[in-house]
Amino acid sequence: MNPTTVAPITAAEPPTAPSRTDFLSKSTPRWCPGCGCFGVLKSLTATYAGLGMPRERLVTISGIGCTSRLPYYTATYGFHTLHGRAPTVALGVKLANPELSVWVISGDGDALAIGANHTLHLLRRNPDIKMLLLNNQIYGLTKGQASPTSPRGMVTRSTPYGVPDTPINPVNLALAAGATFVARVADTDGAMMEEVFAAAHAHRGVAFVEVMLNCVTFHDGAYAKITDHETRDDYALAMRPGQPLLYGKQQRKALVADHGRILALPLGDAEAVPEQALRHDPQSADTGLAQQLALMGPPDLPCALGIFRQVQAPVYGLDPKHDQEA
Amino acid sequence: MNPADTAVDLPDPDLIQVQTMDEITVKFAGDSGDGIQLAGQKFALLASAAGETVRTLPDYPAEIRSPAGSLGGVSGFQVRTGSAGIYTAGDRIDLLVAMNPAALRSNLGAVKANGIIILDESAFTAANLAKADFSGNPLEDGSLRDYRVFPVPIGKLTRGALKSLGLSNKQTSRSRNFFALGLICWLFPRPPAAVEAWIAQRFAATPELAKANHLAFHAGWSYGETAEYFVNPVRVAVDPQRRTAGVYRFVTGNAALARGLVQSARRAGLSLFLGGYPITPATEVMQEIGRYRDPDVRMFQAEDEIAAIGSAIGAAFAGALGATSTSGPGLSLMGEFLNLAVIAELPLVVIDVQRAGPSTGIPTKSEQADLLQALHGRHGESPLPVLATAMPADCFDTVVEASRIALRYMTPVVVLSDLSLAGSAEVWREPTLDELPEFTVHRAAASADFQPYRRDPETLARPWAVPGDPGMEHVVGGLEKAIDSGAVCYQPENHAAMVQLRHDKVAGIAREYPASTVHGDADARLLLLGWGSSFGPIREATDQLRRHGHSVACLHLRHLNPLPRDLGELLKRHRAVLVIENNSGQLWQLLRAEYLLDLQRLNKVQGTAFRIAEIADAAASLLETLA
Repeated sequence: MNPTTVAPITAAEPPTAPSRTDFLSKSTPRWCPGCGCFGVLKSLTATYAGLGMPRERLVTISGIGCTSRLPYYTATYGFHTLHGRAPTVALGVKLANPELSVWVISGDGDALAIGANHTLHLLRRNPDIKMLLLNNQIYGLTKGQASPTSPRGMVTRSTPYGVPDTPINPVNLALAAGATFVARVADTDGAMMEEVFAAAHAHRGVAFVEVMLNCVTFHDGAYAKITDHETRDDYALAMRPGQPLLYGKQQRKALVADHGRILALPLGDAEAVPEQALRHDPQSADTGLAQQLALMGPPDLPCALGIFRQVQAPVYGLDPKHDQEA
Repeated sequence: MNPADTAVDLPDPDLIQVQTMDEITVKFAGDSGDGIQLAGQKFALLASAAGETVRTLPDYPAEIRSPAGSLGGVSGFQVRTGSAGIYTAGDRIDLLVAMNPAALRSNLGAVKANGIIILDESAFTAANLAKADFSGNPLEDGSLRDYRVFPVPIGKLTRGALKSLGLSNKQTSRSRNFFALGLICWLFPRPPAAVEAWIAQRFAATPELAKANHLAFHAGWSYGETAEYFVNPVRVAVDPQRRTAGVYRFVTGNAALARGLVQSARRAGLSLFLGGYPITPATEVMQEIGRYRDPDVRMFQAEDEIAAIGSAIGAAFAGALGATSTSGPGLSLMGEFLNLAVIAELPLVVIDVQRAGPSTGIPTKSEQADLLQALHGRHGESPLPVLATAMPADCFDTVVEASRIALRYMTPVVVLSDLSLAGSAEVWREPTLDELPEFTVHRAAASADFQPYRRDPETLARPWAVPGDPGMEHVVGGLEKAIDSGAVCYQPENHAAMVQLRHDKVAGIAREYPASTVHGDADARLLLLGWGSSFGPIREATDQLRRHGHSVACLHLRHLNPLPRDLGELLKRHRAVLVIENNSGQLWQLLRAEYLLDLQRLNKVQGTAFRIAEIADAAASLLETLA
């Protein structure tokens, strides 16, 4: 509120800043109790409320799957499209009206199996669209089949003898596709989700955020090591631009490169962070280190969280308008 | 050296002794690298500028460049020009220009008895004859005795005419098409100044090529005038009906489809968004849209047909006129998204330029076999309007009507065109925006009790509130909708009612059709019924039969769903109805099911359009059985 303006006492209530609930629809979410989607919905609507954009200029677009029900629970314009095809509809919306803030909500089966082609092309084209990939490593809506991110050997209803193939690493795929903003967050960390979602919105160009999502019903505890209070210090590493890549209790482990391989270097209690410790640079034109960080994970190394890459590139559909008529 | 200094003065075509004909069909044929399409198009434009009625039909080889001189590499361009009543590019050829033995072999069967064949005898080498599967030389073995053959050493004479330019043989051979064009422009007297000016303009960036083509054109013209043994010039009678004043252009079916979309969006006050993916024979539609620099005319080349239609649906959700253009295989991929547009009730125009199927089929040949796919190729009860184009210029009018229906009724509409219209061209005066019919756009007015599926009582269309409109935020999607509110609803009675509403909405479109009119006597014994590109041969067959005293009429359907409401009564007025289609009887089957009438059928599934004679013969035989 502007402090120099004195509102007359008789005036109507001054406009208040929008709250998260202004962006929630009246529909009651129908996810399983304890589903990670609740946390994402909470952080996303909190992010929406903080953008300073009127509700009608936000569009939430999803494919098919448990996570893709999310648009029904927001109070923005929304489109619950086809399995895997949300990026295509989102691109049409954004190109038709560049003033809109367009968010794609997708899952691992949606974005990486049936819709992998569209995901790839959305990311390489770099339109100003924000894509959240809610990765629970399982098909939930169809009740428990293996997805493209299910780990090798995992027993599911469609893989009774274990998953026979190699999973996709979503962040690595996004980096390889040339996405200009790539991040990973956990569904348990509301503060980091809001921070990263807001950064995604502020980024001019495509933003890809993998949300590690827990499915309580069909794949509970998939990310337990990374998110549980007891173990997360040793298996999660929050990346900060310009800072050395440290983790562990009291940040006493540093990542170093040894002949191109990333290793964890334990530090003594009072030991200074060595010069050779890797530092995080999301603006690096070279995605090599970011891809190595994306592939890290338990048991040998921590899972990297935060923004892997954030660079500027020409934005699809926002180039200078053509000025002549054919 | 300035070519104009060396060229002979060409005589005024009006001073030449000419014979007059009502119409003539000319085919240019040669290797795909011979510039056949360019020469053919120019000839057609000149005929059109002279006031003649012109129809053209290109035929391209399937491969980009087959080996030179091979049968697979023959490219052709057929031009039919005449005074009136011209609706096709012609059944048979009066004059064939064959630039090599393969071009002769490929087209000889279509040349009329005693027809004229002008061929480049320089290209009739042993090697080229072998490539075209000739065991001997048809110029020497008497096998062409039924035709009037004029061997002209086009290659050699072109080289001679271009000698002063110091070009290689390969370079001079590129101007052979202009020699041929010059010769034909002498034969059908055309003002050479127009061609000269066009050559200068077209090849302005490469002056040496402009010179070469100019010289070759003159050489061809002079050869026609000088060669004593040649036929007299032929003039085609000019259309006695003067054209309405305005800008005329030569338009192909695909160009007319694209222009129709652009002008529809402009007339409706919307932006146009076309999502596309390259596919023969529809690609020109997206390319045409892509040429516009107007920010309100956008083409997006997607990663596949699914993304093409998905982006168009997204754009429609955001307030644009959404469109996509494809062919049969692409329409198959689009089925799931078409259903989403049906249930989300968004305005979308889907153009299917049909080709021969199934599967990859014959991508460079024409067919009308996607009708049932367009009508029924989706799961669930999924009605949508289907329209078909009849002539190249009609592609414009049909797309305008499809766009009007899409916006007025908030529905996807499928437009069926086909390959034989895609590249075929006719002369056309584009209507101004004011001349186009009015468009209704159901943009929702802000209201406190906005409901995204509360329908217009007349059209049953839902209101169109788009992102950016305050206070009307809502979610659409593929799940069944509750009446009015549009909320997700699995309730049985609601589902039945929504299925009925979607059906009634589409069925109601037929209320607004103009009355169906047959061409010919309303009570003729035989009615020839067709849809799509078979319009031309059906119409000409009807005219031909009527001239011979037969009691025949014809009717052509643009609206394939919903069918015109007066169609059933109209069909009953005739002793017999012959349904004519380039498929195995798809419309025939639909009409028999709809009206319980014993209709007859004539089908051709050979990848080529009907010839007029095929229809006239079948109709005459059928009439005999009615006697």
